[in-house]
Amino acid sequence: MSALRPYRAILLALALLALLPVLFTTGTVRNFLIFTLIVALAAQGWNLLGGYGGQFSFGHASFFGTGAYAIAILQARAGLNPWLALPVAVALGALAGAVIGTLAFRARLRGSYFALVTLAFAEVLRIVANVLPITGGAAGTLIRLNVDPLNFQFADRAHFYWVTLVFLGAAMVLVRALERGRFGARLVAVRENEDAARALGVDVLRVKIVAITLSAAITAVAGCLYAQNFLYLDAAIAYGPWISVEALLAPIIGGLGTVFGPLIGALVLHGLGELTKVWIGALTGGSVPGIDLVLFGILLIATVGFAPRGILGLVARLRMLPA
Amino acid sequence: MTTTSSGIRRRGLLAATAALPLAAPHVRAQPAAVKIGILQPVTGALAQDGEHGRLGAEIAIDHVNRAGGIRSLGGARLEMVFGDARSNPEGGVAEVERMQAEGVVAIVGGFASPICLAASQAAARYDLPYIVDVGVSDQIVQRGLRNTFRFGPGFGTVTRAALDNLVAINDAAGKPAKTVVIVHEDGLFGSGMARLLNAQLPERGFQVLETIAHPTPSRDMSNVALRIRALGPDLLIPSSYYGEFVLLARTMQQQRIRPKAGIYAVLNGAASNFRFVREFPEAANHIMDCNHWADPRKPLTAEVRKAAEATGRFWLYNIPLNYSCVRLLADAIERAGAADRGRIIEALAASTFDGHIMPYGPTRFENGQNTGAAPVNTQVQNGDIKVIFPRAFADAQPVFPAA
Amino acid sequence: MYSPEILLTAVLNGLMTGAVYALIAVGLTLVYGVLHIINFAHGATLTAAMFAVYVLHAAFGLDPYLAMAVTVPGFFALGYAVQRLVIGPASHGDDGNILLVTLGLAIIIENALLVVFRSDTRSIDVPYGFAVIEVGPLFLSLPRVIAVFVVLLVALLLWLFLARSTTGQAIRAVAKEKMGAALVGIDVGHIYAVTFGLGAACLAVAASLLMPTFLVNPRIGNAFVLVAFTIVVLGGMGSIPGALLGGLFIGVVESLSGLFMGESLGQIGIFLIFILVLLFRPTGLFGAKA
Repeated sequence: MSALRPYRAILLALALLALLPVLFTTGTVRNFLIFTLIVALAAQGWNLLGGYGGQFSFGHASFFGTGAYAIAILQARAGLNPWLALPVAVALGALAGAVIGTLAFRARLRGSYFALVTLAFAEVLRIVANVLPITGGAAGTLIRLNVDPLNFQFADRAHFYWVTLVFLGAAMVLVRALERGRFGARLVAVRENEDAARALGVDVLRVKIVAITLSAAITAVAGCLYAQNFLYLDAAIAYGPWISVEALLAPIIGGLGTVFGPLIGALVLHGLGELTKVWIGALTGGSVPGIDLVLFGILLIATVGFAPRGILGLVARLRMLPA
Repeated sequence: MTTTSSGIRRRGLLAATAALPLAAPHVRAQPAAVKIGILQPVTGALAQDGEHGRLGAEIAIDHVNRAGGIRSLGGARLEMVFGDARSNPEGGVAEVERMQAEGVVAIVGGFASPICLAASQAAARYDLPYIVDVGVSDQIVQRGLRNTFRFGPGFGTVTRAALDNLVAINDAAGKPAKTVVIVHEDGLFGSGMARLLNAQLPERGFQVLETIAHPTPSRDMSNVALRIRALGPDLLIPSSYYGEFVLLARTMQQQRIRPKAGIYAVLNGAASNFRFVREFPEAANHIMDCNHWADPRKPLTAEVRKAAEATGRFWLYNIPLNYSCVRLLADAIERAGAADRGRIIEALAASTFDGHIMPYGPTRFENGQNTGAAPVNTQVQNGDIKVIFPRAFADAQPVFPAA
Repeated sequence: MYSPEILLTAVLNGLMTGAVYALIAVGLTLVYGVLHIINFAHGATLTAAMFAVYVLHAAFGLDPYLAMAVTVPGFFALGYAVQRLVIGPASHGDDGNILLVTLGLAIIIENALLVVFRSDTRSIDVPYGFAVIEVGPLFLSLPRVIAVFVVLLVALLLWLFLARSTTGQAIRAVAKEKMGAALVGIDVGHIYAVTFGLGAACLAVAASLLMPTFLVNPRIGNAFVLVAFTIVVLGGMGSIPGALLGGLFIGVVESLSGLFMGESLGQIGIFLIFILVLLFRPTGLFGAKA
């Protein structure tokens, strides 16, 4: 039992999340939850590198898109079963991470320089994916509709949700395990002070490359889930800046370098988005396009203003106040 | 047909009736409104198209309601449930789910192919009829979804028509155009069209000098203009969104580049857009476009256009297409005689609707695609946009060669 | 494969486009150099400035160049206020938070413009919009030639301001050593806001230079953001001469790679150069030692 102790909170949260589709049977909520969890998973990948390792990437689309395209192309062009394509796609995503990481970290890029180089890689991939025949070029890649659990397509959204939840849970457990292990300690040491870490004998380059590879693998899983849920990809969806931004926003909002940060951030971010959309929609009938997003932007800034250390940071601070 | 039935007055009357149920037991209860989902991207990159698509749908709903609603359902009114797809597929799917929760009987719209693909598939889960308004990717109707119908033409059809019409116009003028440069946006429709044109133009006696792809958004089209000048084609075939084509046309005017035979656009975002025509009459004059366009000879077209322009918007093709799609749906609901999805799908599949304002003839769906759908050729002529081909729908003669 | 005349025109086109890129990048690099933040709202601010020029022309018939008399001080004040009242307090000086706040601002600006102006793409018609200067066989667009000279002038003025004025010296002091500057009595918050205001003012100038030949819709600024980031890095983050040279350089690269590789793939040229520079010479192509 004690081996499970550090994971109790995660397992409890997962159990609660698993109950949600039972409580909420509408497609609206289930669809919202699926998409939010996919974002949370992509964000968990980002968090491993950005939150724990302090390396802010603006280009996690590279990994998300590689995973998504790989699983789609292996099915559409090679006829591979998606469950078999999944590990291949994740491996390819991880490889993209390893390559980009090796190049960038060997060149000792940090801070904004690292952020911008990852962004540039994602843009190059986006432009290339838009013209290559194998990705379907601008016409994109369509995964054939064939609803069958063996085919990674589910008639019931709840089933897809639970599958997504399993992957998210696995990523959270993995991150917790890393956090508690020596690797996590080294990674945090690199974040806090690279030179000091090096002086203590940490192989900084290796730690960073391992971190970006794992990070990319997790984000690639999110890409695979996106592809299986929507069954269509084009270059702007797979490699567009939107997912890079989503992946970094959620942990910052939720709490950088915490296991729950990405999940909480994604739920808050998308919850706010839906809330403003529904609320403004009820007021205006959707006749003033954009006004909901204005409100969303204001709430976003207010959230940061009130919770500069993320929502988990705010919770921690409130707890320390005398009751 | 729309004489006195102001919505307000009718509502007032009904409220009075409702207040006196015992006094008038024979008066039928107001039939429940029929909710239809209108899905358009009104924020994000595609907002301009979405806004006009929505306008077309609103006018159609208004027309149906003012004409007495759905008669087979006791005059039930159509009620719009609007959803903003936010210019991405996830946004489209989220709105389909919300519309499903609000109990719509069918959905119309989507505009962009990726949104249409994702949204129609989400609707298929609930057997919810989905009418694609624009979405030209032919994959949309090749997935075997029985709920999905496309009223307009796909780009296979558009490109074929563009070629046929071009050959006909060129032949009639004594073949002034022999060499061609293609300029296209590098997304789904531009690239797909360029590929088809490249395969087929040589067979039809044209020489393609070069095919130039450009991204959207582009910050500068000077180099595209420069290459056109270097190549000196007889004819330019551009397929781009609004901004890029306006930049190109302006740069060409400034650089005094005038292809001998003219500019023959395909599915162009600006060549049949009145804003472009108003703002740059000189650069726009005589540009031809093969695109979705309303049938100018139908009296209803003028009525819809008046209603659209009364809201301060320009007359874009999204308006008549969405107007027609909603009318098509209303007709199907009418014939289904019930707000029942299965029966509406059957009614759509069997539709022979011809009360639309597109130049298509009666509707007939084959595997979800309206077989009569086809684009027409328009030409900017002295500040107006005229239909020049096919002759059956034309309200003007082509000016060709244009220069 | 292309005649020298075409190549020359392409290079000139690149320089003219690059000049405007440079000005947009100057605003970005200034803010980066002093505040060390990556401003996600830069593109949206440019869009807002372009709409300001549009409105002044549409409502009062004000010439886009004369509009600068209103927009430049206006956007300086706006930038100052936004940094002082929103970005500073909300972000608590944390990098991640600044990203979020500027992103939030970008969402607000873009969608507020959508609410007010709707999604249409608009342009303004000025008498000289189509005017050209004929140089031999070349037709150089007059508004774009004007843009080159205005950009050079603005860069020079800014450089002089930073080098000579007291405020300029304070800005450089804060850029170099924030703590030290605060210790000698420089109001860091004020300097931050001034810098942010200068960045916004640069965008107001860029908007006036763009509008005679370009167009505006609520998302147009995004088209310039990535390329501006590229230029900032190429020029060395925080370096104004670097941004100027980087802008011209990227303009030419974009123009030539567009000519030889096509406009779509040509964009790769920019990003590849960007990646190579970062990997092999992260202090930028043009000097500035980190």
